[in-house]
Amino acid sequence: MRSILRAIVLLCLAACLATPGLAAAACPKTSVADIEDEVMCPVCGTPLALATEAPQANRERAFVLELVERCRSKAQIKAALVDQFGPRVLAMPRREGFDLAAYSVPLLALLAAGAGIAVATLRWRRAAAAEHSEKGSDGTPAADATGGAELEADMARYDL
Amino acid sequence: MVRRPPSPLPLAVVVGVIALVGLLAYGLASSEPDRGIERALARGERQPPPAFTLPRLGESGKSSLADFRGQVVVLNYWASWCEPCRAESPLLERWQRRLARRNATVVGVNVLDVSSDALSFVREYDLTYPMLRDRDGRTQRALGIVAYPETFVLDRRGWIVATRRGPVDERFLERTVLPLLDERE
Repeated sequence: MRSILRAIVLLCLAACLATPGLAAAACPKTSVADIEDEVMCPVCGTPLALATEAPQANRERAFVLELVERCRSKAQIKAALVDQFGPRVLAMPRREGFDLAAYSVPLLALLAAGAGIAVATLRWRRAAAAEHSEKGSDGTPAADATGGAELEADMARYDL
Repeated sequence: MVRRPPSPLPLAVVVGVIALVGLLAYGLASSEPDRGIERALARGERQPPPAFTLPRLGESGKSSLADFRGQVVVLNYWASWCEPCRAESPLLERWQRRLARRNATVVGVNVLDVSSDALSFVREYDLTYPMLRDRDGRTQRALGIVAYPETFVLDRRGWIVATRRGPVDERFLERTVLPLLDERE
């Protein structure tokens, strides 16, 4: 009898300890602070985290808090915000459809600019090298073959 | 003799600076509110509003401004978080009761708001006029709206006759709406 009672007490204790863990597992935790830097205050045109005074931002923050307290995940809360305020509420464009251009166009522009600078630098260096070889190593113009022959003839004429 | 081209790096820097200045100028120009309606009204010209269709607040279906053609319309942009909107709502409801008898109506456009808040607002002030919902504010740019509330008075042809940037008062409505009630389309 005593062992049965002990088993029941242990079971109750285990259940009490397990309940918060189960609840935590069922409730994806996020916070207002975690979300407000990833969404916009549409009226202010700034991320929600920066809009501390605007009434619309305060209402939006309260809406996020209500959903956090209802154990909604970050993705669910963002979806709810899009449902309420449209896709422009997201601070970062989505990585699909036309919004993908927000990531790909700057990247392509950067690559094109880099390639342009590289090509121009190469051409500039080649031209610099050609100019350098045209001059002597000491920076004076190098004598060409005709000039050399003329110099030899002059030297012979003066019979030094 | 090979002519040495200029170094590309200063050129890249100059192009970069020009691009940044251009971007800044574009940003400043695009953030300026459109005041074309005010300018036209100041010249005494009525203005056609931008055509739009919006979902009805708290109901299924959509409505457009064209649906109200033939009526004098007081088009009011509002949000539940906007304190001046709270102050003017009872006045707009009083005018709605008055206008409904003369083939005229107030039309509310709830903008950038949580829909449940907007519906609570409508219930709180017992607003009976048609309500549309512009969740992301896409219709307000063409109307030059930058703050709330803002109100536009439309004649029976659906053209803008007057605007009020800020809360309306009795005097504004009497001065702008009453003369239109006797006009024909």
